[in-house]
Amino acid sequence: MNAGRLVGRDVARVEDAALIRGRGRFVDDIAPAGLVHVAFLRSPHAHARILRIDVAVARALPGVHAVLLLDDLRPHLTDTRLVVALPSPSYRLDLHRPVLAETEVVHVGEALAVVIAESRYLAEDALALIEVEYEPLPAVADCDNALAPDAPPAHSWASSNLAAEMTVAYGDVEAVFAATPHRFAETLHIHRGGSHSMECRGVVALHDVVEDRLTVWSSTQTPHTAKRLICDLLGMDETRLRVVTPDLGGGFGPKLIFYPEEVVVALAARLLGRPVKWIEDRQEHFVSTTQERDQTWRVELATDAEGHILGVRGDLVHDHGAWTARGVNVPQGAVAAMPLAYVVPAFRMTIRAAVTNKVPVTPVRGAGQPQGVFAMERLLDRAARELGLDRAEIRRRNLVSAEHMPYATPLKTRGGIPVTLDSGDYPRCQQMALDEIGWAGFAERQRVALAEGRYIGIGVANYVEGTGRGPFEHVSVRVEPSGRIMVATGAAAMGQSTRTMLAQIVAEQLGANMANVEVITGDTAAAPIGIGGSNSRQAVLAGSSAHVAALKVREKVLAIAGEMLEVAMGDLEIEDKVVRVKGAPGHSVTLASIARAAAGQPGFVIPGGRGPGLAASEEVVIDAMAYANGTAAAEVEVDIETGAVTITRLVFSHDCGRALHPRIVDGQLMGGIAHGIGNALYEHMRFDDQAQPISTTLADYLLVTATEMPPVRILHMHSPTPLNPLGIKGVGEAGVIPIPAAIAAAVEDALSPFDAHVCRVPLSPVDVIAMIDPVPEGSA
Amino acid sequence: MTHELHDITLVVNGRSHPIRVEARRTLADAIREECGLTGTHLGCEHGVCGACTVLLDDQPVRACLMFAVQADGRAIRTVEGLAHGDTLSPLQKAFIEQHALQCGYCTPGFLMLGTAILEQNPDIGDEELIEILSSNLCRCTGYANILRAVRAAAAAMREEGVA
Repeated sequence: MNAGRLVGRDVARVEDAALIRGRGRFVDDIAPAGLVHVAFLRSPHAHARILRIDVAVARALPGVHAVLLLDDLRPHLTDTRLVVALPSPSYRLDLHRPVLAETEVVHVGEALAVVIAESRYLAEDALALIEVEYEPLPAVADCDNALAPDAPPAHSWASSNLAAEMTVAYGDVEAVFAATPHRFAETLHIHRGGSHSMECRGVVALHDVVEDRLTVWSSTQTPHTAKRLICDLLGMDETRLRVVTPDLGGGFGPKLIFYPEEVVVALAARLLGRPVKWIEDRQEHFVSTTQERDQTWRVELATDAEGHILGVRGDLVHDHGAWTARGVNVPQGAVAAMPLAYVVPAFRMTIRAAVTNKVPVTPVRGAGQPQGVFAMERLLDRAARELGLDRAEIRRRNLVSAEHMPYATPLKTRGGIPVTLDSGDYPRCQQMALDEIGWAGFAERQRVALAEGRYIGIGVANYVEGTGRGPFEHVSVRVEPSGRIMVATGAAAMGQSTRTMLAQIVAEQLGANMANVEVITGDTAAAPIGIGGSNSRQAVLAGSSAHVAALKVREKVLAIAGEMLEVAMGDLEIEDKVVRVKGAPGHSVTLASIARAAAGQPGFVIPGGRGPGLAASEEVVIDAMAYANGTAAAEVEVDIETGAVTITRLVFSHDCGRALHPRIVDGQLMGGIAHGIGNALYEHMRFDDQAQPISTTLADYLLVTATEMPPVRILHMHSPTPLNPLGIKGVGEAGVIPIPAAIAAAVEDALSPFDAHVCRVPLSPVDVIAMIDPVPEGSA
Repeated sequence: MTHELHDITLVVNGRSHPIRVEARRTLADAIREECGLTGTHLGCEHGVCGACTVLLDDQPVRACLMFAVQADGRAIRTVEGLAHGDTLSPLQKAFIEQHALQCGYCTPGFLMLGTAILEQNPDIGDEELIEILSSNLCRCTGYANILRAVRAAAAAMREEGVA
């Protein structure tokens, strides 16, 4: 697709000038005069009854302003629970988490008291002076065991640990499975860890007593949701509260959740009459920021003798954590992603979400989709092996092809919207990756390597990702009397170049000078409504609204300019800050003077005949999701002595429709790929059998570093979606989705001389050695 | 619980900041709060992520793992000192040109680490460069563009004779 003057080009990012000089404004950089600091007392137990809390000594510590328990907050709250669950008929337990725990704690890290002091150092001193008497209760540490009939309840009041259950099904699955002898069953344990944005969470609240207004800066991906919840919980009039997302040091999912700390800090600022700050440290992040974790998939694939898929069935047990902090969208998204790339005539998956005594589970970049893809791709590799087919060939036979498009699947999204794959050519995308990595010649390379005592393997995995979840995102575009173009949106930037994206799209229509465009993201004072950042949605939804709003403003600019210059609109062009007659650049009028004319003068008619003001607000509604797709192919070498896996080559071919900014697209993909490598080999949020987290530092929980990154080759296809005016599909999460599946397949292939069978991720060296030597020395 | 206060001077980017801090105050907190230079970021506060990397007597250190009193009188450099007026350092320019930053949170730490690398060993080989860069964490970029940026800055500095 042709690039515009700005759209589709690698223009300079508007975010960089401040960030590169250390002049960003992250939440911890906000320090109003008179600031006091918060520390939360968090449960050291995974499950315990709270018998007594004594805060007297802590309150007496010099420099401590307050030590508050839920009982102290209750008179100021309309509800002591955060009711945030997405709608679903699947819930079996109401698990709305409390603002602070009062009678029972249900995960390590759950907050039960808050200290407000002159400094964070003093606040933490005071934490050590709070006496809590706990009665430890049996803890539920494992999602599979949680659902056993004799499992202890994760909440003492609950009759079971079944948080939710649902079935996603279509077609006659039983008949399909009964009719074919080619059935392949797997039990898979798929773990994902946390998001670990480099910036942890934080909240600063400032109560302006002059105007009785509260401003809350929160590291949230969803400021409008945060505003609604704080207004609800504090019984505040909406005009009295502003929520702002400052610069975010990464989001990756968990920052879209509304957290107890946000309402506690907001309330504390009102109660104390002082600005209040809470900054999460990394250890808190490990135990209080939501994460993804364990899923067990018991799945079965039915094919004909040629490997054509006839059906998929199975059940999924999902670690829900202790509370419903978002919903069942992670397992639902996982199951929805499972069949999506392929023609699957019959499908039935049962989901059971199990309550555990661990921090709640909510989406992390990919939001369940890597797990669904892992399950499907493992089944296909198994089928290929047993049917004697090439692993790429069995996929080719089943991928949804260009001729199928648009391909209406029988699936529906969580909102009941039909899942229709809108565009793309999945077999061609796979072929691009195979050609690039040299799939066809690999068997020979593998034979040669093996003869040298080297164990190399190759794997491939496909994904289709629902992007751009609707219904809308708000964007307003306004030309001010200065001639500056102001853009405001409900979208929240978290490092993915959102301001650049919107400036590009708006400037494309209004003078092509991005420096003349100011973009305000994530500020409830600037955008009346908004959904915020999640689901690879902001380029699709905010981008579309920005495009349509900019076109409307452009039309008005040209109409007014046409009247002012006495020429037809079609003879005009907008260049930088002026509108000029094509071919006669001297004959022009500035955007500033057009904006002033549109602002009106008492008693005079506004030129242009299109009403006052030079602005447009848009909420383009796009309910259907735009489905992006891609293929990852990985080559690995396994050291059979140490179990170390080295990724030697990685190819990622994908189709996100039109690329607004190719370099940013690559950047998003590379970050996702790195995250996927972590999920495949390194990142493991570990707990002991009492649900005590045991990987709570970045020395124990391993993020990928520069040395683990393989050479990566990214290949692009551009099948524009018809669902939005820019033809774009989201790309923020794509990179992560197929990587664990592709690497797992490559490791299995490398270890084929040992008949290795990979049915879990992450694959630690210990796991790898266990596949080489199933009964390692020293094991009991 | 009383904590004695210490009068020290932090010399940051050539400017002296006489401050009074407890012995337990970290260098990172003192730079950010007492000196008001918030470009130095905290990502883990246990010395793994490197977001708080500053140069102390030209050596990269984790500012979260040092106490401010340990840096009394020593030459500290932070991200705010890299540019000269409006002119960015070659490494800053390269970071922008190579799209080596997304959210920008880890960027100051990488810039300080990279600055030290380029000052100490401008002809550093790839293997060693990757090894040293692996001391800091980034969750956005997948590192490839950071690596490119350091290489590009090294090349630019050789061309200009800066190194």
